[in-house]
Amino acid sequence: MPLSDLPPDGVVIVGAGPAGLACAATLLDQGDTFVTVLDAGSGAGGQYWRQPAPPADSSDPGALRPDAMRGLHHDLGTFAELRSRLEAGQAAGRASLLTDHHVWTVVAAEGGHVVHAVDRSGGPGRERAVELRARHLVIATGAHDRSLPFPGWDLPGVLTAGGLQALLKAGDVALGPRVAVGGTGPFLLPVAAGLADRGATVVGVFEANSPTRWLRELRAVAANRTKLAEGAGYAATLLRRRVPVRTRTMIVEAHGRERVEAVTVARLDASGHPRRDTHRRIEVDAVGVGWGFSPQLDLAVTLGCALTADASGTPVVQVDEWQRTSRSGVSAAGEACGVGGAALAVAEGRLAARGIVGASASDAETAGLREEVARLRAFAAAMHRAHPVPAGWADALRSETVVCRCEEVSAGTVRHAIAERGATDARQVKQLTRAGMGWCQGRVCGHAVELLAGGGSGSPAERLVSTPLPLGVLASRKSRAM
Amino acid sequence: MSAVVVVGAGIVGAACAHSLSAAGAEVIVLDRGSVASGTTSRGEGNILVSDKEPGAELELARLSRDAWLEVGEELGRETLELEEKGGVVVAASPEALDALSSFAAAQRSAGVTALDVAEPRELEPHLRAGLAGGVLYPEDMQVQPVLAAAAMLEAAQRRGARFVAGADVVAGVRDASGRLTGVRTSAGEVIGADAVVNAAGTWGAQVSERLGGPVPVLPRRGFILVTEPLPPMVRHKVYSADYVANVSSSEAGLETSCVVEGTRGGTILIGASRERVGFDTTLDVDVVSTLASQATALFPFLERVNLLRVYRGFRPYCPDHLPVIGPDPRVPGLFHACGHEGAGIGLAPGTGRLIAHHVLGGGPLAPEVAARFTALLPDRFVQEA
Ligand SMILES: Cc1cc2nc3c(=O)[nH]c(=O)nc-3n(C[C@H](O)[C@H](O)[C@H](O)COP(=O)(O)OP(=O)(O)OC[C@H]3O[C@@H](n4cnc5c(N)ncnc54)[C@H](O)[C@@H]3O)c2cc1C
Repeated sequence: MPLSDLPPDGVVIVGAGPAGLACAATLLDQGDTFVTVLDAGSGAGGQYWRQPAPPADSSDPGALRPDAMRGLHHDLGTFAELRSRLEAGQAAGRASLLTDHHVWTVVAAEGGHVVHAVDRSGGPGRERAVELRARHLVIATGAHDRSLPFPGWDLPGVLTAGGLQALLKAGDVALGPRVAVGGTGPFLLPVAAGLADRGATVVGVFEANSPTRWLRELRAVAANRTKLAEGAGYAATLLRRRVPVRTRTMIVEAHGRERVEAVTVARLDASGHPRRDTHRRIEVDAVGVGWGFSPQLDLAVTLGCALTADASGTPVVQVDEWQRTSRSGVSAAGEACGVGGAALAVAEGRLAARGIVGASASDAETAGLREEVARLRAFAAAMHRAHPVPAGWADALRSETVVCRCEEVSAGTVRHAIAERGATDARQVKQLTRAGMGWCQGRVCGHAVELLAGGGSGSPAERLVSTPLPLGVLASRKSRAM
Repeated sequence: MSAVVVVGAGIVGAACAHSLSAAGAEVIVLDRGSVASGTTSRGEGNILVSDKEPGAELELARLSRDAWLEVGEELGRETLELEEKGGVVVAASPEALDALSSFAAAQRSAGVTALDVAEPRELEPHLRAGLAGGVLYPEDMQVQPVLAAAAMLEAAQRRGARFVAGADVVAGVRDASGRLTGVRTSAGEVIGADAVVNAAGTWGAQVSERLGGPVPVLPRRGFILVTEPLPPMVRHKVYSADYVANVSSSEAGLETSCVVEGTRGGTILIGASRERVGFDTTLDVDVVSTLASQATALFPFLERVNLLRVYRGFRPYCPDHLPVIGPDPRVPGLFHACGHEGAGIGLAPGTGRLIAHHVLGGGPLAPEVAARFTALLPDRFVQEA
């Protein structure tokens, strides 16, 4: 059995983003358990602190490269600190960081859980099944980009806002010079600012909502001045780079033959529907559209952790004041508990760790973390309220627009299943049309289908297998056990 | 004209509605969820004669097979993804082949077409080498259960049937004589009927209690593996001969013997395990791994193929592993159509016809045909009690 050298009863943290790293660092500081952190990515940092690939001649491929990450990563100091604490734990034989390890499922077992991962570090064809026993499990699986279909969204060059930023963070700026950014949420600003700073011509940031929505959220904003400063910083960059920011506007279509060549943008009316008389065509070479993020809930759902809804109605893992889920021995931290940014994830990770080591609820540190979590959660809720998906997001969908790209299911087919065949949620639409049955298992189209079906039944898709794995890997597990 | 309430819009309820409305009944289908939201969306769509030993279930399978072809004719095979692809049962060892051969011989005498195959790889080129032999069952078919249930229900609706989703039946309504005259939903609504059909599948026991005529239906868990889409590699349904032993077994433990088949969408389905563990929803990694190792042992190319998802369901089974179909002798007006275990998809349209026969007192089946199914009547559980 691989990894048999790991102590069988430590804490296993799934996800090496801000929440997972903060949790690991605090556990190492405060407790004496062995800590294992797994991540599907090739390094620590998660989506937020994603690192560019090291230069080919690098002697220390893991070294941070602030130069390459300029303006893209907030709070690199925190990342460096958390990472060095984990490294110290590794050096002291108290921690292990398993990158390229994708957890495909978790099951309850005597005295804790068994975490099943597929180790992809050997490359394609060399995957291995890995199993870890966890006395305590921490779900810090983050969130993924939320996209909504529109005509032309499947053209090469049309990405999610997160996808666009990932290209930047990976150091790949070989994008076309003219870029449009659309969708909704404060996240669009750093994406656009990062692009502008690297020499792209950002033809516009098309934000579907109006900033006046934030006027209703002044209390949350006032309590989070750093967020305001952060936003102001990006706004200043955009101003300096002459990037127009258009509010109550959305990208309704992407045009092009081989790849995207132009977009049509439209103003939204008071009820959130694009106005045809405001269509404007803009030449572009790349597009990034983001409608926020969906918490990655596969493991929590499989385990039967109780869920709750965030301010936007999105299902998230329900946790108590120690970040414990409804399942004993399972905590959750970060975006899985609701999308709210890296600072919140760090605070929750720390709090989860303190809960695991049995810290006192009355110590100052715990009280401070709780206050911070409450404050940042309030800001996140304000953000969700200020940046809803507009009611008319699907107006521009044509019946032939592809909604599920894996299975090539069109909007017309999905709408037919809903209107004519009585489907009331994404699961049923999937059964009738195959939308969401393909490689991504509905991670891309699921939200759109749910919205088309009338929105938020509140029960997220159940994915007992949270990442594809070769049957031979599973089969080998069996032959080993027998 | 009689008004019939069908409780459950799974494949069985849909088939009942389809047959009843065709025979002129006024049908109302109630489901606490929506169409095919129960076990019907959790299974494969095998329509098999190959796995059944001679008896009432095989008779129902043969009746249903003909009925499926008629449904395909009426609603379009494409709509249902109905395919007459045939099944191949393979035996790894000479002993397994002996058992399979005698099983097939008995089936032949009951009218099943079963052809001996010396080299299964001539039928399925990607099978592993060195199998002892096999049997081809050309009558085995496949259907996409959700599409089929939805299509049959829609056809019934075109004939005037009504479908109410989100209606949880919580009780029966009876007149002074004890006759069932309708059902009550959790919303407090009373829906009147001359007859009520319990087609609640795995929840058939609960519904039967609510309606005053309890029948024992229990859950039997199964997992199915679904791969990434591939170009066609597996032409028939292929399964190993130990399946034959498992289906009719009544031991409490886990049984796995995999069935491998391709689908229209290009995915390969590997099913299915059988376990009596109540409604335990947790993923059992050992069970899933066992299915994977059996499938890769049959088809070595599958080793490199990715598993995309696993789904689980709870088959409805009666203690004697036969469905319960017919009038409840204790409650006039109540009819049962549940407990089809791992064969409810295949057996659905035959069940619909049989129910139409019982409810309407005649209907689509000749009396001598209906007489073959007395072993399925609810009476067997009433006498026990
Ligand atoms: C893993 C697996 C593989 C399988 N493979 C096959 C196969 O290849 N071939 C085959 O023939 N069969 C197969 N089966 C079996 C088959 O799926 C079932 O026998 C069949 O779906 C049962 O159909 P049903 O309509 O009786 O039940 P369901 O589909 O469960 O329908 C019952 C309906 O009743 C509703 N209901 C319950 N209670 C109430 C209430 N109080 N009020 C209103 N509505 C209610 C439910 O919501 C549900 O929709 C498989 C099953 C499993 C689990």
